[in-house]
Amino acid sequence: MMKNTNYMKLEFASKSTNEAFARVVVAAFASQLDPTIEEISDIKTAVSEAVTNSIIHGYENVEGMVTIESRIVDNEIEIIIKDDGKGIDDLEKALEPFYTSKPELERSGMGFTVMETFMDKLEVVSEPGKGTKVRMIKKFKSLPNKE
Amino acid sequence: MRLILDTIDENLIVKFKGELDHHTTEEARNKIDMWYFEKRKKNIIFDLRELNFMDSSGIGLIMGRYKTCKENGGEVFIVSSNSNVERILRMSGIYKIIRVYPTVDSILENSLEG
Repeated sequence: MMKNTNYMKLEFASKSTNEAFARVVVAAFASQLDPTIEEISDIKTAVSEAVTNSIIHGYENVEGMVTIESRIVDNEIEIIIKDDGKGIDDLEKALEPFYTSKPELERSGMGFTVMETFMDKLEVVSEPGKGTKVRMIKKFKSLPNKE
Repeated sequence: MRLILDTIDENLIVKFKGELDHHTTEEARNKIDMWYFEKRKKNIIFDLRELNFMDSSGIGLIMGRYKTCKENGGEVFIVSSNSNVERILRMSGIYKIIRVYPTVDSILENSLEG
C-alpha cells in the first residue's frame, strides 16, 4: 500500500509577530491528517514554544531566519524548527523544567517541558555559536484520509 | 489579542481575547502593571474564558503578576473554562498556588465573604 506522505518548508524572520504566523501554518499543514481540536492545539503550542525559543534565545537581540520543515508520513507528523543563532550552552540544564536563562523576561522555563508533554517525541541538538535544531514527532489518533 | 482592563473595588480585572504568546504578553505586561500601580489595586483577576490559545509565555506573565500581588499583600485569581488553556495551566502546576473560578462574580462573592 502506498504511504501517505507530504512535505513543506517555511522560512521567516525572527520577529515575535511571526510566532502566531508559524504555528498557524504548521497547524494548517497538519490539518490534512484530520486531527482533533486537542491535537491541533498541541501542535500549535509546541511550535509556538520552539519558535519563541529561537527568537528570544537563539537570536536574542539580532535578527536572523527561522526555518520550519515538516513531513507527514501516514498518521505521523515530524516538525523540525531550526535557527542559526547562538545555540544553547548547557542543554541538559535548558531541558530541566522551570529552568530559564532569562528570569528577567519572566520566562517560565517551561518551553521544552511543554514540547515534550504535547508531542510524542522531542530531540534537541544545539551547538554554541551555530544554532539549535528541535525535532518533534506526533502521532495522530485519527486515521489519515484515504485517497 | 485584545486586552480589556477593568477595576472592581480593590481588584484589577484583566480579560484576554484571542491568543496569548510571547509577542502579545510583551504588550500586555506593561499595561497591566501600569493599571495595577497607578490605580493602587491589590488583587488581579485573569479572565481567560475568551482566550483561544496560550503558551508558556502566558504562564510567565501570570506568575510574574502573582509575585507582584504577593509583594503588595494581594492575590491572583484565574477565571477559565477553555479546555486548551486549562491544559497548559494544569501542566504548569500553577493551580497549586492560584485558584481557578468559573466566573468573575464567584471570585468577588468569595472575597467579600472572606
